[in-house]
Amino acid sequence: MSLGVRVRAPVSAVRNAVDEGVNRRLRIGLFSTPATRESTAAMSGANDSYDPKEVAALAPETLARAVEDAASEFAAAGDLDELRAIKPAHLGDRSPLLTARREIGALPPAARSEAGKRVNEARTRIEALFQERLTVVEAERDERVLREETVDVSLPWDQVAPGARHPITALSETVADVFVGMGYEVAEGPELETEWFNFDALNFGKDHPARTMQDTFHVAPEGSDLVLRTHTSPVQVRSLLDRELPVYVVCPGRTYRTDELDATHTPVFHQVEGLAVDRGITMAHLKGTLDAFARGVFGPDSRTRLRPSFFPFTEPSAEVDVWFPEKKGGAGWVEWGGCGMVNPNVLRACGVDPDVYSGFAFGMGLERTLQFRNGLPDMRDMVEGDVRFTLPFGVQG
Amino acid sequence: MRIPVSWLAQHLELPEDTTPEQLADAFVRVGLEVEDVTSLEPVTGPLVIGRVAEIEELTGFKKPIRHCRVEVGTVPASPDQGQEADEPDGNSGEDAVGRPDLREIVCGATNFREGDLVVVALPGTVLPGGFEISARRTYGRTSDGMICSAKELGLGDDHTGILVLPSGTAEPGTPAAGLLGLDDTVIELAITPDRGYCFSVRGLARELSCAFDTPFADPAKVDVREAAGEAWPTSIRDEDRAPRFVLTRLTSLDPTAPTPWWMRRRLMLAGIRSISLAVDVTNYVMLELGQPLHAFDTTALRGDLVVRRAEPGEKLRTLDGTTRDLDPDDTVICDDSGPISLAGVMGGETTEIGPNTTDVLLEAASWEPASIARTVRRHKLPSEAAKRFERSVDPALPAKALERAMTLLVRYGEATVHRGRTDLGAIRRPAAVTMALDLPDRVAGVRYERGVTARRLSQIGCHIEVSTVEGAAVVTALPPTWRPDLVQPADLVEEVLRLEGYDTIPSVLPTAPAGRGLTPGQRRQRAVSKALAHAGYVETLPFPFVSSSVWDDFGLDEDDQRRRTMSLLNPLEADRAELTTTVLPGLLDAVTRNVSRGRRDLALFHVGQVFRAKDEQPPVPPVAATGRPSDEEIGALHAALPEQPVHVAVVLAGQRELPGWWGSGRAAGWADAVEAARLVARHAEVPLRVRSAEYAPWHPGRCAELLVGDEVVGHAGELHPKVVSALGLPARTCAMELNLDALPLVERRPAPRVSAYPPVLLDLALVVDASVPAAEVTEAVRAGAGPLLEEARLFDVYEGEQLGAGKRSLAFALRLRASDRTLTVEEATEARDAAVAAAADRFGATLRG
Repeated sequence: MSLGVRVRAPVSAVRNAVDEGVNRRLRIGLFSTPATRESTAAMSGANDSYDPKEVAALAPETLARAVEDAASEFAAAGDLDELRAIKPAHLGDRSPLLTARREIGALPPAARSEAGKRVNEARTRIEALFQERLTVVEAERDERVLREETVDVSLPWDQVAPGARHPITALSETVADVFVGMGYEVAEGPELETEWFNFDALNFGKDHPARTMQDTFHVAPEGSDLVLRTHTSPVQVRSLLDRELPVYVVCPGRTYRTDELDATHTPVFHQVEGLAVDRGITMAHLKGTLDAFARGVFGPDSRTRLRPSFFPFTEPSAEVDVWFPEKKGGAGWVEWGGCGMVNPNVLRACGVDPDVYSGFAFGMGLERTLQFRNGLPDMRDMVEGDVRFTLPFGVQG
Repeated sequence: MRIPVSWLAQHLELPEDTTPEQLADAFVRVGLEVEDVTSLEPVTGPLVIGRVAEIEELTGFKKPIRHCRVEVGTVPASPDQGQEADEPDGNSGEDAVGRPDLREIVCGATNFREGDLVVVALPGTVLPGGFEISARRTYGRTSDGMICSAKELGLGDDHTGILVLPSGTAEPGTPAAGLLGLDDTVIELAITPDRGYCFSVRGLARELSCAFDTPFADPAKVDVREAAGEAWPTSIRDEDRAPRFVLTRLTSLDPTAPTPWWMRRRLMLAGIRSISLAVDVTNYVMLELGQPLHAFDTTALRGDLVVRRAEPGEKLRTLDGTTRDLDPDDTVICDDSGPISLAGVMGGETTEIGPNTTDVLLEAASWEPASIARTVRRHKLPSEAAKRFERSVDPALPAKALERAMTLLVRYGEATVHRGRTDLGAIRRPAAVTMALDLPDRVAGVRYERGVTARRLSQIGCHIEVSTVEGAAVVTALPPTWRPDLVQPADLVEEVLRLEGYDTIPSVLPTAPAGRGLTPGQRRQRAVSKALAHAGYVETLPFPFVSSSVWDDFGLDEDDQRRRTMSLLNPLEADRAELTTTVLPGLLDAVTRNVSRGRRDLALFHVGQVFRAKDEQPPVPPVAATGRPSDEEIGALHAALPEQPVHVAVVLAGQRELPGWWGSGRAAGWADAVEAARLVARHAEVPLRVRSAEYAPWHPGRCAELLVGDEVVGHAGELHPKVVSALGLPARTCAMELNLDALPLVERRPAPRVSAYPPVLLDLALVVDASVPAAEVTEAVRAGAGPLLEEARLFDVYEGEQLGAGKRSLAFALRLRASDRTLTVEEATEARDAAVAAAADRFGATLRG
């Protein structure tokens, strides 16, 4: 057989892999001691002639003393080694007991039975005493060894440093989960969009000031009609074009506006868009949904209020404020996002009959949400990628 | 828009005790965004009107300094004065009492003359900001008070000189605080694009009257006087651009006539500088009514006026002193000399009214909003006028606004009204909108009181008719001229809802149909993100903007497809105009930043979209937004976009395993990067193949190509030392990037059967050429060993002299097991021999002897 092949003994136990492990652990735990039984290979010497002196070894008082001696010496043995060392003196070939047994043959036949019985009783007793002491000493030994193996469990084991997910990612997922729990689905769309999806279909007139107010990143060449999406609202249009009615979707995603990076603005940010289009959808439904959303993100005591506003793609439109108890500086209202009833022009552009269906939509900035929910002072920390900002958030979710 | 509360209140009947905060709250309630409410800071102490009696120019200082004697009233009889009378100069108090009280004041401004009325803060006055005035020595003279600028009084930002009041405003010595109206509050509002009419006192006061349900006095209720003939011969060539165009003319205007204080004060508080009476009046009327006006110096005009689009090559020097190349889409007003005004945006310099203008032609027009918006964008020229016109201005206003302006100029500038008026075009009235009377109720989810809809629509100026059509009550609303935004029922609904108050709308959760939960792709992305974080990677969200130089730093070939980027026309940083095709540049930036901040052991990851231009990017087709586009159109819109797959990437630097009391650490290496890819693949539940490749920016000998099936989905390994040095990265930085979207979404339904029979464990060492990839040898061993093989694990790789140059030994631990019986050693050996044979067959492997 080649050196390269080594046969390992098959282990016969069923489920051996597991059993092996268990056995190993058990063995370690029990510190089982190999049997310490002395060899009982008999030394010859039976049938010696009767000798009264020798016979005295069988006397009850002799045997009783042997038991007493054994008891006191076993008790005095402080550990396994001592116990093992004195065992032969009481149970070995030269022990009084064995000596006595060898004398039985020297007794008259009538006395043998009784003497044999006496010797056996003494022997049983001594063996019991030994076992008793052995158990105690072994337990003491086990305890000591365990104590010696004691370690400092407070030592670190950070061989691989922990990782973390960005809080914006975790917040996106939380928001998605809140809405999935209400029966919504999570919709997605590209970040580089056609103006048709980002503006036209959302009822932004070609030259309407609202279009320029969006601070759009335009994609080259001039007149390409391509932009970096300024909001997640194009996903509203995509959802209405792609899905069967009714539509209940939420869309967290990355969006872009030409704002310089500072403590409260970032040109690349995240929004979450919500859209519900169904028969009989009302603004009361919008309010109810926003309240549920707020509770999911800001806690059970939070609530929202609406202020009239303007967005081309909703009519009526509103700004949403959220009230929550843990607001930095005390419970209060914070501007949260925009919302409204889907403008019938948007429904029409998506082939939805506004006389049959109505809907609501809302959009919130996630950086802003995170900033005021957690009381974060500077939005730049969210974009710079310094691990000291992200690590405290952990993996989340 | 900034507007003083006192001006708004003039047109409203509000309860006396209405506070500015209540007004601000009311604005918010009806949908106007209040940006700021600023009460003028109080002025206390002896602030008085003064007349400059004498000016002495001091010389020898770095800037002009004037030493003035300012009359601040008459010397009163007082105990203080009595004591002064005992002074040895013999100036008896009895003589001084009743004589002008002249104070010496040093002043750094030069915009005043002897005889001008000014505002003087005498010692003891406390100005806004807690600025206390006291007598002091300065520039070698005594300054017994201060002559104030508007800014120092809290009336605005104008600090270009001191405040000079029109003569006759008040006598010297008059307490100034009340006279100047220093007790007021300015509300600053952001006007949404649909409410152009709110760019005026008229519109804002109307909103407040709705909010408070109080009567409203319309300042545009002006009788327009009869006219005879033209004010100036004019023709409109593009009627679409100028639906209405009105001119009136004033002659013999006194160009030196000052603007009355009340008007200047309102302009100041609204943030507009006072220039001259004529200019101030046009601005004042614009703020009051919302109609921008333009004033031409009539004597500068050459021949008839023409309103038309600009012609190619035409230029115009606008009032701001900039010469502009006009676009054929710009609307201009021309005379025989060519364009003299960029219509609705800014006038031209040649016909500007000046300090000697006595003959003024006033223009008020309705301009087409969209073209104004384009012109503003094109010339980057936002103006107060354009801000209003691009949101549209009430077309009924032009003649009325001109009438108002003329009245003011006649009164304060002693001008004479020319009898002619040019009035071209007509008022375009919004069309009537009909809706079900209960539509607001149905949209809001509220049952409003009977009559609410009709009442609210009337309140905003609609003419209302309620009727029954097929048994249902409908309301037909004819919107007022200033509300061109009311074009469909939803617009009327919003008016009812906002005026009734959004706070009356209840909170009701809709019942969505059962959803299908997250898609497999969404679940996968979450799983990957969490797995990487649990494995010690920290997520970053870098911007996708890159400089094209990064591709050179990466060492990409000229024709590498990652150089085929989309780019931005208006990047925030000119040298980062490209949209990235890989997420590595952003991640590597983050490494550099962290390292510079003292963090050396880094493992970062990012999951995000990249932008990959197609070989030929099809143009975006023109698609209308009036109804659902055809499937072809939708397809063409999608096709016009670049590929935007989601990529996942990691970068590693420093120690992957840290040193500690257990021993030394382990530097991050190529294998960690490859393992990150395996981790991703495992969580994406697809088998990943790894083979070596040469691919920038990776080290040519330490780059793994990642494959799913036969498709390359990404790369991993150690970065090329040149790249590391070009980007200033820590030595031996490693990276992995793969296209998550390229991994197939598989629905796996494993059905494992677990054998309870004992295994046979065999070890096997094979010697192969060092160039043979271990993964392929492993594959051969697995294939060769056949179905009895439960696991083949490569546990050792050895290279040594006894193996020979270019050879290495790969040692495998095999676990063999049968599903239905206890495997014999003979059977296991047979399977092992088959594995050896397969490896020998494919790679010439031999057993290590």
